[in-house]
Amino acid sequence: MDLENQQRVKDLAEKHGKDNLVVILGGAEAEASGLACETVTNGDPTFAGPLAGVQLGLACYHILEPEIKDEVDPEVYDEQVSMMEMVLDVDEIIDEVSTYREKYSQF
Amino acid sequence: MLEGKKVAILGDRDGVPGPAIEECIKSAGAEVVFTTTECFV
Repeated sequence: MDLENQQRVKDLAEKHGKDNLVVILGGAEAEASGLACETVTNGDPTFAGPLAGVQLGLACYHILEPEIKDEVDPEVYDEQVSMMEMVLDVDEIIDEVSTYREKYSQF
Repeated sequence: MLEGKKVAILGDRDGVPGPAIEECIKSAGAEVVFTTTECFV
């Protein structure tokens, strides 16, 4: 996750409250999505960015996860996401992101 | 779960881009406070 976005997420968590901010990912790959989830929950695993050692514990989901999909207007989801849902490895992405969320998210 | 929440979106140009996620999140009743489309790799 790039350093600029780490700073943005850190600032937003301070501004809106960690319990009130949800991060939604759209990553194409499971590993990269998992790393982004780890970064906004447990801190930057590479210790390079503003979130190094900062455990925000935010709620973090991938847009393909059922918890999110079920809350979106089905027509909008179909129009915006269904194409990518067909080509991405949904199970692997969900498995990776939910693992980090369950381990580190506090909300 | 999303209704009334503030949402930060980290889209991916090779996956689901930020603006597409934003449309979805708005339809779920949440407020989008940040959207980006980064290259995850």
